[in-house]
Amino acid sequence: MVLLRVEVAAVTRYLLSRVGQAALVLWAAFTAGYLLLQLLPGDAILIKFQNPELGLSPGQIAEIRSYYAPGSPFLDYLRTLTGFLHGSFGYSIDTGTPVVERLGEALPETARLASAAFLLALVIAVVIAFAGSHSRTSWIRGALLSVPSLLVAVPAFWLGILLIQVFSFRLRLMPVIGGSELQQLVLPVLTLAVPVSAPIAQVLASSIDEVSTQPFVPVVAAKGASRWWILWRHVARNAVLPTMTVAGLTFGELVAGSVVTETVFGRNGIGRLTEQAVNAQDTPVLLAVVVLAAGAFVLVNLVVDLLFPVLDPRLRAAS
Amino acid sequence: MSLLEVRDLAVSYDGRRAVEGVSFTVEPGEVVAVVGESGSGKSTTAHAIIGLLPGNAAVESGRVLLGDADLATWSQRRLRTVRGARVGLVPQDPSTSLDPVKTVGAQIGEVLRLHGRRDRREVRARVLDLLARVGLPDPETRARQYPHELSGGMRQRVLIAIAIALGPSLIIADEPTSALDATVQRRILDLLDDLRAESGTAVLLVTHDLGVAAGRSDHLVVMKDGGIVEQGRTSEVLAAPRAEYTRRLLADAPALSARPFRDPPAADEPAVVVRDLVREFRVGRRPFRAVDGVSFEVARGTTHALVGESGSGKTTTARTVVRFARPTSGTVTVTGAPDGRGFRRHVQLVHQNPYGSLDPRQTVGEIVEEPLRNFGAGDRATRRARVADLVERVALPEDVLTRRPRELSGGQRQRVAIARALAAGPELLVLDEAVSALDVTVQAQILDLLDGLQRELGLTYLFISHDLAVVRQISHTVSVMNEGRIVETGTTRQVFTDPRHPYTRELLAAIPEPVR
Repeated sequence: MVLLRVEVAAVTRYLLSRVGQAALVLWAAFTAGYLLLQLLPGDAILIKFQNPELGLSPGQIAEIRSYYAPGSPFLDYLRTLTGFLHGSFGYSIDTGTPVVERLGEALPETARLASAAFLLALVIAVVIAFAGSHSRTSWIRGALLSVPSLLVAVPAFWLGILLIQVFSFRLRLMPVIGGSELQQLVLPVLTLAVPVSAPIAQVLASSIDEVSTQPFVPVVAAKGASRWWILWRHVARNAVLPTMTVAGLTFGELVAGSVVTETVFGRNGIGRLTEQAVNAQDTPVLLAVVVLAAGAFVLVNLVVDLLFPVLDPRLRAAS
Repeated sequence: MSLLEVRDLAVSYDGRRAVEGVSFTVEPGEVVAVVGESGSGKSTTAHAIIGLLPGNAAVESGRVLLGDADLATWSQRRLRTVRGARVGLVPQDPSTSLDPVKTVGAQIGEVLRLHGRRDRREVRARVLDLLARVGLPDPETRARQYPHELSGGMRQRVLIAIAIALGPSLIIADEPTSALDATVQRRILDLLDDLRAESGTAVLLVTHDLGVAAGRSDHLVVMKDGGIVEQGRTSEVLAAPRAEYTRRLLADAPALSARPFRDPPAADEPAVVVRDLVREFRVGRRPFRAVDGVSFEVARGTTHALVGESGSGKTTTARTVVRFARPTSGTVTVTGAPDGRGFRRHVQLVHQNPYGSLDPRQTVGEIVEEPLRNFGAGDRATRRARVADLVERVALPEDVLTRRPRELSGGQRQRVAIARALAAGPELLVLDEAVSALDVTVQAQILDLLDGLQRELGLTYLFISHDLAVVRQISHTVSVMNEGRIVETGTTRQVFTDPRHPYTRELLAAIPEPVR
C-alpha cells in the first residue's frame, strides 16, 4: 500500500511537470506568433479599408485602428493573452465575427479530415514497413522500402490535383462536387495521408531492421517461432517505440498539409480558414490558429510521451 | 546410436567458407565442449545445427544427424518443430538475449505455447515450476518482472529455463557464461551440470575459455580457422595435446598455465597513494556509494591490480585516479604529476574496448600522433619519427600507420591504444580491463608487451580486471574489491596462496583447478 502511494505520488509529479512544460510551450507559441504577426508589413485594417471606393481618410483609418488595438503594444499583448486565457480570441477583422465562431465552424471539418488521414497514414506505413521487412526476395524488399522516400517527395497539391484528374474526371469514381460525406472525404484524406505516412514508414522500417539484429531475436527463433511470429510479437513491439516519436512529430505535417489539401479540394476547414486569414492579414484569426495548432501538437506529443512508459517497461522506473 | 552426429559440415558466408570438414558426435547425456578463438567457426557450427544461421550464411555440404533425421536437409518450417522442443539454446549474452518489453514469465511461457501447450493455467504453472527449478527465488514475482529488473546471472537462469522447458535431449550453450562474473559463472555452470545429471540432457558447450571447457566437459573439440584441429576425451587432450595449436592455447590460457608469481621489487617510493576515497552517485533521492573508503598504494615501476566483479567500484576508482571523476571525499596523490593539462602527460588510460576508444575516421598514424600534437611536441618530422618509434615499440608493422581501426584485429587495435597512451610519455598507465575483450593467445601477447614496456620504461600500472587468472600473471600487488570496499590487499603471492577474506576465497574458488 505504502509503495503504491509512493508510486501514485511519483506519477502525479511526473504528470504535473509534463503539463507545466506543455503550458510553457503554448505560451511561447502564443508570444512568438503574436510578435511575428505584429512584425508583418501592412495590416488587416489597411487591406480592408484603404480601398479608395470606401473614401476613408488616413485619419479615419487611424481611428479604426485605435478601436481594434488601443494603447501601447505591450498592453495589447497582455490584453490578448488574458483574452486567450479566458477562451476569448477576439474578433475577426475581416468578417467582424468572433474568432471562436469561425474556428468552431472550421474545426470539425479538419478534425475529421486530419484524424482519418492520420489513421490511413499509419495503415499505409505499417503495411509498407511490414511487407518490406518480411519479404525475403531482395528486389521486392528493396522496392517496397524505397516507396517512403518517393512518397516524401510527392507534393500534396500535385497529388491532390492528380487524384481529382484520375478518379473524378477519367474514371468518374468520385464526384468533384456533391456526393456523400464519405465520398467527399476519400480523395482529400488520401492526399493528406500519403506524405504523412512516408516518414512514419521510414522510421518503422529502419527500426524493424535494427531490432531484428538484436541478440534476442535468434533466441526467440531457437524456441521454434516462425518469422512472422517473431516480427509481429517481438520485433514490432520494440520497433513501435521510436516510431511513436516520429508519428507525434508528423502531426505538424498534418496541419501544414491540411492548408493545401483543403484549398485544392475546396473544403471549409482550418486550413482554408488559415489561407483566407493570411490573405486578409486577419491577425486575430491567425493567432488563434497558431495557438490551436500548437495546442493540438503539444497534446499529441504529451500523449506520446505518456504512452512510452506504458509500452516500454524500462522507462517506468525512470519516469 | 549417437544423439547428434555432425558429419563433414561446411558453412559459407556470402560464398566464403567459414567452416569446413567439421565432424563430431554428441552421445546422450554427454558434455561436448567446442573450444576456439573468435573467428574459429565454433558459434557458426553450433548455430548451423538448428539451422539458425544469419541470412548471408548457408550450409554448403555435410550432414547434421539428430537421431535418424538429417536436419541439414530440413526446411525452416520443419526445423521449428525441433527448435525449443528437442534442442534448446542457451545464448551468449544474457543482458541482450531477452525481449526487453515482455515479462520473464511470458517469455518462458512462449516456448510452451509455440509447441502446442495452449492451456493458460497449465502454462503458468509450468513457468513457475521452471523458474523454481533453475534456482530463482520467489517465482511468482520473477514471472511478473521484466528482464531489466533482473541481474545478469538471473537472466541467464531465465534463459536456461527457456532452454529446458520442454525437456530437450540436447542443449546448445553458446558461450553461456562469458558475459558473467566469475562467481556467477561458476553457479550457472553448476546449474547446467545439475540439470544434466537430473534429466540426462546432453550439452554442446561452445566456449573460448579453455578453463571452463576443461572443468566441465567429457569430450573436447578444438577449432581454428573453421576446421577442427584436435578432438578427444577432455582429460586426454589436456594431458597430452597432439596439435601444436592446442599446446599454444593451453600455454596462453592464464587460467591453465601456473606461471611464477611476480614478486614486487624492494620497497620503492609510492607512485600513487589513494587515501579514504569515497565516491557517491545520486540515484533518485538517496546517494549510492560506488566507492566507500578505499585506500591503497602503488610502488613505482610495479603493477597493482584492482580486482572485483561488476559493480564492485573498481572502474569508478580508476576514473578517479585519472581525474575523469572527482572524489566525494578522500585524496588521490600521483607523485610527480603536475595539475591541469600536464596531468594527462603523466597519467594515461587504456580502455577495455579498443575499437570504441579509437576514432574510426582517423588513421593509426593520426591516432598515435594526436597526443603529441595536443602537447605541442616538436615539429612534424620529429613527431613522425616518434610515432614510428611508438608503433615499433608495441610490435606493430610499419604499414599500419596509414590504415584505419576497422582494418585491424582486436589485438592490433589494443596495441594502437597502448601506443597512443605511451605517446604522451606517461609514468602511470591505468589499464581498465585492457585485455578482457581479447582471445587468450592475443591476450598473452598483450600481457607480454605490457611486461616488456614496464621493464624498459619503468612504467607504473594500475591494472583493473575481473579476471583473477590474468591478475595473477601480471600484477605484483593486488587489492580485492567488493561492494565499493577493499576487502583484502597484499602481494599477489599472499592473496592467491593464503587468502584471508572469505570473498577472496570465493573468487579464487571460481577459477579453474590448475591455478589454485
